[in-house]
Amino acid sequence: MEAVDGNAIGGLLHEVFSAEMTSAATVCGNCGDARPVAELVVYLRAPGTVVRCRTCDSVLMVFVTVHDRMCVDLQGLAVLG
Amino acid sequence: MAGTALRRRLTWQVAKVSAVTTETASVRTLTLDVPDWPGHQAGQHLDIRLTDEDGYVAERSYSIASAPGEPVAITVERLEDGEVSPYLTDELRTGDDLELRGPIGGYFIWEPEDGGPLLLLAGGSGVVPLRSILRLRERTGSTVPVRLLYSSRTLDDVIYRAELDQPARGVEVIHTLTRHQPSGWAGYARRADGVLLAEVAWPASEMPLAYACGPTSFVETVSQALVQSGYPPERVKTERFGATGGT
Repeated sequence: MEAVDGNAIGGLLHEVFSAEMTSAATVCGNCGDARPVAELVVYLRAPGTVVRCRTCDSVLMVFVTVHDRMCVDLQGLAVLG
Repeated sequence: MAGTALRRRLTWQVAKVSAVTTETASVRTLTLDVPDWPGHQAGQHLDIRLTDEDGYVAERSYSIASAPGEPVAITVERLEDGEVSPYLTDELRTGDDLELRGPIGGYFIWEPEDGGPLLLLAGGSGVVPLRSILRLRERTGSTVPVRLLYSSRTLDDVIYRAELDQPARGVEVIHTLTRHQPSGWAGYARRADGVLLAEVAWPASEMPLAYACGPTSFVETVSQALVQSGYPPERVKTERFGATGGT
């Protein structure tokens, strides 16, 4: 499956953070690349959504829904928002 | 107040299809009557949710095709292996209900005060949010100069063709047809890349604002070419929707 970008997960992020997040700033925890969420690489593969750095391909965010509960992993990010 | 808008709750609601317009053999526009719509900005999205009899849920994000102030509309291309789009393009009828939430997004948007000149780059159905921008520009009487480069496979795949054939004053529409061209075609017949952009894009010295939307490979090619030609990266907004073979 080919990647899309962070524009496609605006609704999901709004659900998690209760705010518009596609224009929020991010910094990759691995390489320090700084971009808005909209420009990150996104894989929409059920049951989870994986967000990667456009420069070094590190995993920045993972969203997985299990039994109606969303699990969020933001460990790959140095900065969000 | 911007803060209020940003903190607005995003809830699912049921809209009604008020009109269905055929754009091409595989693309339809759905006009929606959304009871609780706070208004949107040009370039924003909405999410559609379909639930089958077994409770299986599929969600997809679609760009809003209409300008702020117009009835909400989305334009959907049927993907042969799609979970959602074949239902929207083949099954849904006027009067049917559709579950959605929106508006969504704050990055790939344009407001008249953002100015220009505007360079709009569309690959296939990537033209949809750019059409919202064009209609907003016209509705608000903006005189920002615009060039739209629109890459399609064939002339029959061009979405909003009649509308784009009658552009507003100050808007230039440049087509390229990558797979097949009708006899006598005077437009471009090649993929959008740095060479083509060197011919059609505003020079970087004019401080243009660029919006590129389409399949991932299209957006990567044109956005990198613009940055190489001197566009500041923050003046090149991008939106990639994966591979559809649509350009």
